[in-house]
Amino acid sequence: MSSLTEKDRPIVQLLLNAGTCPRCILRFCCVGSQALYRRPYKDLVKDLKEFLKNNQEKEDTACFDVVDLPCKRLRLEHTEKGPDDMNHNGALQQIPSVSDGITAMGNSAVEVCNVCLGILQEFCEADFVKKVCQKVNSADYQFTSFVLSVSLPPQLSVREHAVWLLAKQELRKLGLSLAKDDLVQLKEAYKWIIHPQLSEELGVPADGKSLFEVSVVFAHPETEEECHFLATACPDCFKPAKNKQSVFTRMAVIKALEKIKEEDFLKHFPCPPSLPKNLCVAPEIQCSNGAVFVAGRYNKYSRNLPQTPWIIDGERKLESSVEELISEHLMAGFKADSFNFSSSGREDVDVRTLGNGRPFAIELVNPRRIHFTAEEMKGLQQTINNSSDKIRVRDLQLVTRSAIGRMKEGEEEKTKTYSALIWTDKAIQREDIAFLDDIKELKLDQKTPLRVLHRRPLAVRCRIIHTMKSEYIDEHHFRLHLKTQAGTYIKEFVHGDFGRTKPNIGSLLNRTADILELDVESVDVDWPPALDN
Amino acid sequence: RICVITLAEAHPLLQSGKTITSVNYQISANCSRLQNKVSGKSKRGAQFLTELAPLCRISSSDGEEYTIYSCIRGRLIEVNENILSNPAILQEKPSTEGYIAVVLPKFEESKHITEGLLTQKEYEEVLLRRLNSSSGS
Repeated sequence: MSSLTEKDRPIVQLLLNAGTCPRCILRFCCVGSQALYRRPYKDLVKDLKEFLKNNQEKEDTACFDVVDLPCKRLRLEHTEKGPDDMNHNGALQQIPSVSDGITAMGNSAVEVCNVCLGILQEFCEADFVKKVCQKVNSADYQFTSFVLSVSLPPQLSVREHAVWLLAKQELRKLGLSLAKDDLVQLKEAYKWIIHPQLSEELGVPADGKSLFEVSVVFAHPETEEECHFLATACPDCFKPAKNKQSVFTRMAVIKALEKIKEEDFLKHFPCPPSLPKNLCVAPEIQCSNGAVFVAGRYNKYSRNLPQTPWIIDGERKLESSVEELISEHLMAGFKADSFNFSSSGREDVDVRTLGNGRPFAIELVNPRRIHFTAEEMKGLQQTINNSSDKIRVRDLQLVTRSAIGRMKEGEEEKTKTYSALIWTDKAIQREDIAFLDDIKELKLDQKTPLRVLHRRPLAVRCRIIHTMKSEYIDEHHFRLHLKTQAGTYIKEFVHGDFGRTKPNIGSLLNRTADILELDVESVDVDWPPALDN
Repeated sequence: RICVITLAEAHPLLQSGKTITSVNYQISANCSRLQNKVSGKSKRGAQFLTELAPLCRISSSDGEEYTIYSCIRGRLIEVNENILSNPAILQEKPSTEGYIAVVLPKFEESKHITEGLLTQKEYEEVLLRRLNSSSGS
């Protein structure tokens, strides 16, 4: 094995005896060649033995029958190794004599690795790859690449730490140092081996930036309590978190390992680590897709429809909502788990949204389908429009997450136009309202309307009515079209809200006025881009 | 539930002949309703009112002084400063622009408070009874 050198010999010998698998041994020797790790397991075992033999030949020892290693695990001679491994007196184990080494190696090659607990063994094999791919395929996601996220049990870090100390000690004898950072990380090596295999089976490349995530969680119940000693050694690293089941999270364990002194560690943990009886298990293999964003503009034709579901104390006050009418079909089309609806401002239940409509965006969480052509989007739009006469959707399209920012800009900065049907107590004639048309850039001071005061802070807002146009109807009614700054409360401008919005239509006309109907005529945001439909 | 405190229909100040000379929100040496400051959604810093807490004192030209009470438990959100500069609206538009104060009761007490109030009809019946009993005796 060309990447191993003389200095690695004692470590290789030591770890092989201790029950560490070939790939982990390579990691502790800082071997960085990906191709080596991908070699079949049996070949690696052979190679390591060859490597050691080159040295031991000089010492004329009996050669080991290496030719055919049994594939099944042998437990018969495991018990013999017991005393050698369980070395709790704080001293690192010495290199066993050659004859011990032979017996140990004959059996340890197929035992569960005492560092990776089988992850760089069984879980690199085709069987496991097939299992993962089966899960992915049955979940029925649309994807063009994948990212694999691997979650390791915390006790792995402890075992890794122990073997690192061992390796460090051996190298120190040769006058060399070994930093933890020099080691090849388990996750990295695992991905070197499994990415190509997964890629081949799934037919798509592995990509760190992929939105499609396959997550594998490894667990090893047998050794779960191994990291508990850290709690007594470094109590401040382990704070009980309310939502987590165990205090021993990976991060907490790693932090504690950084802090603990070498002597203390060796007092509490066997070095090298004991041989586990069982492999790791991978109980959770899950897939998820990054969110997609669909934007558009909606019209609201009902005066009885809230924008979001109106539910008080678990009771729904009004049937349905704009949000639900739109998202229902998008959820179905994209096969998503859930959605987040947002829009560029909103209107009251009893206000219609006419004209080009109000911009909105929906985040569809964990969608199974992500590819939609422009035609298909049009189809979805048609489905939504056919399903209800209370709303209408246009310009439906896929957008990026950053697009949402542009929409929210509109909420604060852009103008809106409205049409209000106004009633007055005292009679009016055409001349009485004509002057309104000439008023430009009218400044208002609006205190937080009483109708929202229970859930908003008390403040005074300065807002501008840019232009107005009146339409006389009769002695007590007229229609007013207005163009206003974003954030203007129109209803309060009409009735004055107990005099807390000044000026108001009542004060301008010197009468008592009230609003009978309000429509949003336009939301002056040019986003999302208009489609020709 | 937001509550707006106004003068009742039958209040003497709203009967004909009375002219308001002043409105005073300084109800004690230490407490002026004008200094009420609230911040945030939960209206922190608000003066807390009980039913008998005075909101303001109104003087009329005939020398009478009327104390207007909160009648409701809750946080004082704002008092109407317009009636300071223009007391006439108290009489002209007592139920709208001439309001006295805005009070926000605790969410849990809201229902109980509403139940303790009279509807318009019940109030008119009370007035009727008052009228009858006074004319009877």
